[in-house]
Amino acid sequence: MTDFNRKIHPHKFTLWIAIGSILMMFAGLTSAYIVKRSQASWIMLEIPVIFWYSTGAILASSVSVHLSLKALRNREMQNYQRMLGITALLGVLFLLLQVVGFSQFEAKDIRLVGAGSNASYSFLLAISGLHGLHVLGGVVALVVLAIKAFSTKVRTYNTIPLEVTATYWHFVDVLWIYLFIFFNWMK
Amino acid sequence: MSSETITHGHTAEASVHSHDSHEAHGHDHHHEETFLTKYVFTTDHKMIGKQFLITGIIWAIIGGLFSVLFRLQLGYPEMTFPFLEDLFGKWAAGGRISNEFYYALVTMHGTILVFFVLTAGLSGTFANILIPLQIGARDMASGFLNMLSYWFFFLASVVMFASLFIQTGPAAGGWTVYPPLSALGQASEGSKLGMDFWLISMAFFIVSSLLGGLNYISTILNLRTKGMSMTRMPLTMWAIFFTAVLGVLSFPVLLSGAVLLLFDRNLGTSFFLSEIVVKGEILPNEGGSAILYQHLFWFLGHPEVYIILLPAMGMVSEILSVNSRKPIFGYLAMVGSLFAICILAFLVWAHHMFVTGLNPFLGAFFVLLTLLIAVPSAIKVFNWLTTLWKGNIRFTPAMLFAIGFVSLFISGGLTGIFLGNSTLDIHLHDTYFVIAHFHIVMGVASFFGMFAGVYHWFPKMYGRYLNNTMANIHFWVTLVGSYLIFWPMHYSGLAGMPRRYTDWSNWQSFNMFADMNRFISTVAMIVFAVQLLFVFNFFYSIFKGRKVTTQNPWGANTLEWTTPINPGHGNWPGDIPEVHRWAYDYGKDGRDFIPQTEPVGANESKH
Repeated sequence: MTDFNRKIHPHKFTLWIAIGSILMMFAGLTSAYIVKRSQASWIMLEIPVIFWYSTGAILASSVSVHLSLKALRNREMQNYQRMLGITALLGVLFLLLQVVGFSQFEAKDIRLVGAGSNASYSFLLAISGLHGLHVLGGVVALVVLAIKAFSTKVRTYNTIPLEVTATYWHFVDVLWIYLFIFFNWMK
Repeated sequence: MSSETITHGHTAEASVHSHDSHEAHGHDHHHEETFLTKYVFTTDHKMIGKQFLITGIIWAIIGGLFSVLFRLQLGYPEMTFPFLEDLFGKWAAGGRISNEFYYALVTMHGTILVFFVLTAGLSGTFANILIPLQIGARDMASGFLNMLSYWFFFLASVVMFASLFIQTGPAAGGWTVYPPLSALGQASEGSKLGMDFWLISMAFFIVSSLLGGLNYISTILNLRTKGMSMTRMPLTMWAIFFTAVLGVLSFPVLLSGAVLLLFDRNLGTSFFLSEIVVKGEILPNEGGSAILYQHLFWFLGHPEVYIILLPAMGMVSEILSVNSRKPIFGYLAMVGSLFAICILAFLVWAHHMFVTGLNPFLGAFFVLLTLLIAVPSAIKVFNWLTTLWKGNIRFTPAMLFAIGFVSLFISGGLTGIFLGNSTLDIHLHDTYFVIAHFHIVMGVASFFGMFAGVYHWFPKMYGRYLNNTMANIHFWVTLVGSYLIFWPMHYSGLAGMPRRYTDWSNWQSFNMFADMNRFISTVAMIVFAVQLLFVFNFFYSIFKGRKVTTQNPWGANTLEWTTPINPGHGNWPGDIPEVHRWAYDYGKDGRDFIPQTEPVGANESKH
């Protein structure tokens, strides 16, 4: 390798551009939401209480993924694996809580899709759903890392894959916080 | 070194880097490649580029053929063509193209050429082939993502191609697929299953573009060889860089629009649908906004035209300079104008929506910003012309197409000044004037850039030349033909002739253009036939073309010509060369050209 100054790993750099790209999608969606809100027949959103719990879960998972990275840097492999597993579980928990939250609308006779649905709730579903897909992608990445960590034939202390995953994980966390504040503020 | 084919490259490389082996690790002991790893699931950027190019060529034939079919209907409305019924059955009952089929054809023609040919086929090809070669890298930042990028494109292609064969036909409603037409299956045949295929295919396509774009940006910013500062990069690299930035920032917004449209179509939501009655049936939807979709679409849609045009501009700048044997005029102005276009591209989308009821006050800003694009465009044209000025011009096929690009960009760009005015647009909107404008400035011009690129870098891709006689016929017929097709359309467009109609013969205002339409259709068929000649030349020359015998056949400065004639995976057998100067030292100090790898001499000023 030549000695030119490589400040940031290309994979991490690629991730940051991807984050910019994903942000553009949610910027597009939330701008559409704002435009739509100012038009006729908009119904105020009722945000399910359970979304506060899912927010708690994803916040906690950010802490655990950070601890996992710290453990890997200190080569505490058991701790690293444990924290990785906890993060993935918290991610799944977040998704489950989101699904439960959306299933509660039916009891309140609020339609998300189909006849009688209002764009406000459809937006809530579409935007949260797309966010959920991004979380799911993160869970898959975590599971892949966990499988690699548990089937240790070759011990690797390379932190780059986890660093990339952790950055992405923090991003989907922050993205949800943004969306959550956005929905509560822009009901 | 002259005659090894790709498969023999390995042994030839081994002999080359016997003297400097320390850098070659990971390159010279690459394991035996099978057909699958070499040609199909390859991570070599050069092969991925070729995959994009050949897939793009196949799409271009399909998309071009569609235009010939509907030109047949437009040019000869009174005639019947029984063979069409044999081929398309109920879509061309009685040998006449049905209205639904016509609309499907124009929709697919637009979709295929804008996205599959001029985005994937153009950026995909040349970004992949040129980036590592011109910045001095072994491969892309992530070869795996790059491979995924192609295979997502392939998947998108399969879905789109399959949609041509379903019972209700492919998507119809224009390549912009505006709701409510596109959102309601009961509205037309082309809004049924074909529209879902279209949206799913586009979603895959967007994923492909994003994966590609991420890689292009990351590679250009992170993997440049020693000495290759940003301002020493060839203009192709700058153009591809800005193209990727545009794609990465605008395609996700189209994706969000497509997702919401899929919701409206399949889950009965009302994002874009308001109170509507279709065929006597009152729909339950209320409160949606069809204009919202247009905003989301054109926020991508306008940057998209620059995604198509910028790579062509970059390649043309490079080819004009190489074949004029002169430095590019105003390198930094060229970079600056690319940057300006990139910024403005995001600020002008509503000029596609002047007649949607857009607030005229708001429209005024979009007029101003739109007309501002004329400034960087004019800078580029000026610099191309001054690069040619007093040059020692070599009329290679690539050079001919590059000059053709400049010509088309000027004549197509000028009509953009008409269309950018919201008042004139009230008259010109949805007429053939618009068709003529965007076909010349974005369609044909970008095709010329692409052809220039293929002719110029074909020796690098396949180690052979394309046939010059066929290339010259290809150029002259295409240039003259394109003008003969699109110039008359300005005329009928100014008269108000609307687009998207299958037949004007009973329309008193416009049936006077019947002869002209027939003429346009005839020329279109000739031009299409000549494109097939190019396709023949392309595939024939891969196997039988004249072999390249020197490393640097065009006498160019850029790094790709320092690689072996048929570079292996990893590009340079030994060390990656170091760069000491910019890419445009032509005709300097009495020397024809000075490659980028040559150190700056004692009496030379530094670049």
